[in-house]
Amino acid sequence: MSVPCRVKLEVFEGPLDLLLHLIKKNEVQITDIPIATITDQYLAVLEDLPELNLDGAGEYLVMAATLMYIKSRMLLPPDPDEEGEAEEDPRAELVQQLLEYQRYREAAADLASRRLLERDVFAARGEPDPGEDPADPRPRVRDASLADLLDALRDVLSRLKPPPSHAILAPGLSVEQCVERILAQFALGSAVEFADVFSPESTRGEVVATFLALLELIRLKVVRAVQQERFGPIQLHLAVADLAEAQARAQEMGQVGMVSAVEEESDDGRPGDQS
Amino acid sequence: MTADLAINLEEHVNGNGRLGPLADEPTPEPETPGSEPEAIGRLAAIVESMLLASGAPVPLARLVEALDGPERREVTAALRSLSESYQREGRGLRLVYVAGGYQLRSAPEHGHWVRRLLGGRPPRLSRPMLETVAIIAYRQPCTRPEIEAIRGVEADAVLSTLLDRRLIRIVGRKDAPGRPLLYATTKDFLEVFGLPDLQALPPLAEVGDGADLLAARADEASAGGEDGAAPAADDDEGTG
Repeated sequence: MSVPCRVKLEVFEGPLDLLLHLIKKNEVQITDIPIATITDQYLAVLEDLPELNLDGAGEYLVMAATLMYIKSRMLLPPDPDEEGEAEEDPRAELVQQLLEYQRYREAAADLASRRLLERDVFAARGEPDPGEDPADPRPRVRDASLADLLDALRDVLSRLKPPPSHAILAPGLSVEQCVERILAQFALGSAVEFADVFSPESTRGEVVATFLALLELIRLKVVRAVQQERFGPIQLHLAVADLAEAQARAQEMGQVGMVSAVEEESDDGRPGDQS
Repeated sequence: MTADLAINLEEHVNGNGRLGPLADEPTPEPETPGSEPEAIGRLAAIVESMLLASGAPVPLARLVEALDGPERREVTAALRSLSESYQREGRGLRLVYVAGGYQLRSAPEHGHWVRRLLGGRPPRLSRPMLETVAIIAYRQPCTRPEIEAIRGVEADAVLSTLLDRRLIRIVGRKDAPGRPLLYATTKDFLEVFGLPDLQALPPLAEVGDGADLLAARADEASAGGEDGAAPAADDDEGTG
């Protein structure tokens, strides 16, 4: 008897959540799931969806397949060839997964029921505590917004040297290369001034490529752009444990192959001037 | 030492992060001149000012250092006296011990009014966020694949929201195929959830693992034993 189950998929946090809901609704034990009933209801929920949101549906479909597989195994008589001793309950793995998930779901509910800072209780908004735990540096600064970054970029562009009258085209500087260059600056210290990322000798194209690289690093949460106050100077911090971490992450997360064919003057012997 | 006192106090700071009556804290002996009631009262007032100005949780050691004179136990006595007076007099402040330090917070029953004053909506913690941060809190350091295996859904977006909210941080990479990133909770996490430290997390539900339960059930079926497996299914949301 499968009760039609009219619930929107969005209210479930995933296939395990949906399964726990069905188990509870049917008032059965996780450890003794009536697999046929639950499978039918599970599929009914999926079918009820007007359209499967393909992004989220994959996980639900995998679970549907798992359920049907377990159901079929439970229908089969025990394999006589397999010396019937401890034949595992086909549901065992799923049960374990459900129990594990349920534990954390309860832990989450428990956390949510606490008196949360900024929701239930409030603290004075004081100055940063200078003696804070060095293992957890938590600069009380604001993240620079895109607008702040663009302002800073405008500033950098305005201070560029005027292009020479004879521009010679050189191979472009890719965003990937700029990522490497930016990260290389963190070898010297954990914070880098926004302005120092750009050399005054750079061309407009180079500046733009560097800026794109920076945005990418911020998006990937490898770098954090912060400022003490609105319109203040922007500082860049590594948002990951160390430089190696940052480099690995930048590589791993794939810099979306943004090949910027940036034209630039042949002007390589630029001094690595850093103030 | 600090740790001693902190742990001692922590026992009184239970689930809701509030400093309780501290009944079994050893009361400072009155023989030291600095621990006479008025002296403690004055010290409490000084500490109150310090905590108000700090905003952030202040470790006991830093209070002692800044006070430069009173001993640890006296400062502890002052903290206790402060906390008790807040409760006794029905004041709008509470002294809590979170993230390894003492902090003044608004009384939980006044949340409504404070929110009205400050405006804006409290930062939302969605269920995926809570579940994910719970998994990380209990298993840290742990990787994205581990989290996904438990929740059965992709964790990428949630992890980046949690990183943004500074509830978790990356602490390195696991020495395993693919060198996945390792996540752990932050000090902000402790502050937001009002926890003194990670040990203060309530123990995970004692459900054992599924294999044990299945075995137990099999035993039960054959021997007609107790209902050992019963609690697993019911206490899930409390709504019928």
